[in-house]
Amino acid sequence: MEASESTDHVNYLNNGYGVKSWLLTTDHKRIAILYLISITIFFMIGGFFALVIRLTLLSPEGTLVSADTYNKMFTMHGITMIFFFLIPSIPAVFGNFLVPMMIGARDLAFPKINLLSWYVYIVGGMFTLTAMVMGGVDTGWTFYTPFSSGYSHTNVVPTVIGVFILGFSSILTGLNFIVTIHKMRAPGLTWFRLPLFIWAHYATSVIQILGTPVIAITLALVGFERIAGVGIFDPNIGGDPILFQHLFWFYSHPAVYIMVLPAMGVVSEVVTCFSRRKLFGYRQMAFASMAIAVFGFLVWGHHMFVSGQSVYAGMAFSALSFLVAIPSAVKVFNWTATLYKGTIRFQTPVLYAFGFIGLFTIGGLTGIVLATLPVDVHVHDTYFVIAHFHYIMVGGAVMGYMAALHFWWPKMTGKLYSEGWSKLAALILFVGFNLTFFPQFILGYLGMPRRYHIYPPEFQVLNVLSTAGASILGLGYIIPFFYLMWSLRKGKTAGDNPWNAKGLEWLTSSPPPTFNFEKTPIVNEEAYAYTDGVFEEDVAGG
Amino acid sequence: MNGHVVSRKVYYFIFAALMVLLILTISMAYFDLGPFNVIIALVIAIIKATLVILYFMHVRYGSRVTWVFVSAGFFWLIIMFTLTMSDFVTRFSF
Repeated sequence: MEASESTDHVNYLNNGYGVKSWLLTTDHKRIAILYLISITIFFMIGGFFALVIRLTLLSPEGTLVSADTYNKMFTMHGITMIFFFLIPSIPAVFGNFLVPMMIGARDLAFPKINLLSWYVYIVGGMFTLTAMVMGGVDTGWTFYTPFSSGYSHTNVVPTVIGVFILGFSSILTGLNFIVTIHKMRAPGLTWFRLPLFIWAHYATSVIQILGTPVIAITLALVGFERIAGVGIFDPNIGGDPILFQHLFWFYSHPAVYIMVLPAMGVVSEVVTCFSRRKLFGYRQMAFASMAIAVFGFLVWGHHMFVSGQSVYAGMAFSALSFLVAIPSAVKVFNWTATLYKGTIRFQTPVLYAFGFIGLFTIGGLTGIVLATLPVDVHVHDTYFVIAHFHYIMVGGAVMGYMAALHFWWPKMTGKLYSEGWSKLAALILFVGFNLTFFPQFILGYLGMPRRYHIYPPEFQVLNVLSTAGASILGLGYIIPFFYLMWSLRKGKTAGDNPWNAKGLEWLTSSPPPTFNFEKTPIVNEEAYAYTDGVFEEDVAGG
Repeated sequence: MNGHVVSRKVYYFIFAALMVLLILTISMAYFDLGPFNVIIALVIAIIKATLVILYFMHVRYGSRVTWVFVSAGFFWLIIMFTLTMSDFVTRFSF
């Protein structure tokens, strides 16, 4: 690869300090930072609700909050974490920052639409936050009808308006990525030379564009039925409540892949860099990303095995659900094969990537258990399900997010963080996560249902373990906040490429100049062209 | 976007066609054709949507990638209908 070294010391962070220079920016990197700050705030809000849930479950009698308040807590935890943190997390922050840089472009195809997406996100967030402040909502994040459309006495309408608006932010981001990846690749950067991070974001964008309109209109219909009494989902007025579930899960199951596919892209970047290996089976990995995006739309009925859906449809959805295991397994095996005989440096980003591989595997395999129709009838709506999807969403998506944060932090800020503290935090996070959620598999298998604030006393030990784990997990998130902030002021200068990584984003300076590259880079080699086992120089902090 | 300029004549013609179809939709509501009521209404709606997509949204003059994405949208709609109906049409009572 060829690219000019940047001699310009003006970069995207120091080329303007005024509030206007941030709020009216069309620079994809600044918009990424705006998203980073916004989603971190929502993560803290969602974390607060999680804290209340775990503290309530310390005792079988549920002494901390009332049953009604507990309903609101788990609802708002789910809505905040899924819609306002996980879905935008890697695409809106790292996708925004890196997609143009990885393909050698100056910006995304539609910079103003990119800024608009952030404003739309904020407006959606304001609606939902207002609903929370006004007393919250208690329908569960799934908004199941007819409870949500007719019976709940909480703030359903402002909440669904918030999520409806938010959906457009996601669509705009996906649209921008697709056009950018099609139209703005550097000379020589063919489709099969693209980093897998780009393939992952392409697949994610396809889901965002094809799925999000369905959830938007479904939630609009819930609001419509609630306000105008038009019978769409409520059987009392001629509707069908299971229709809601079909439409809801048509988006919300693929939404899991909106969360986890970008994390898979991150893991591919990190695993190759820290094992100094070419990726095993590049093309299969690219096709697997697309296959997950497509298969993800064929499986939604596995959420509805006990909802009154026909048994025949249940059997079809059960069989189709197993399909997703194939491309997911291709990915796990290929990362493992990449690591095999690699020269592995155990630095912070790769620790998180290892966390992803192990925890995603457990989450995925328990997903197969849940996709098996007769087994699901036993564990449906128990803590087994809660544990399963937290292994995918926290063990998978959030671990991927943390890997990305640590891998590209030096590029984004130009600073290095403390390697010792960051390794310690990664370890604490891994231990805390497993202590929180593994007991929940056992609780669920023993029959503890989800969404109850009281439980039989024999479940207390496992619940106390889980709450203890959550405290450790919380610590694992707080420590990075401090050492990353510290690095901004006191961290060592990172240099352009502290990890000796391949990829166009590492050819430019850190932090990058406003238009990324002084001259458009020309690509003449495959992705991940690492020389097996060779570290060109000692990597940062190693 | 792709630089293709559509003449005003085409826009006026499509608009007129849409208005004729609208009148046809309303007129058909006055005839009871049994099961064909829905079928005819849907056929007219599909023609209207196709005109809007092809001319007002410029898809007719779009690149092949645009066609792929438009087709994908409809293909996904078919997935949604087919799998949802797989439940509705097999809900027998035992």
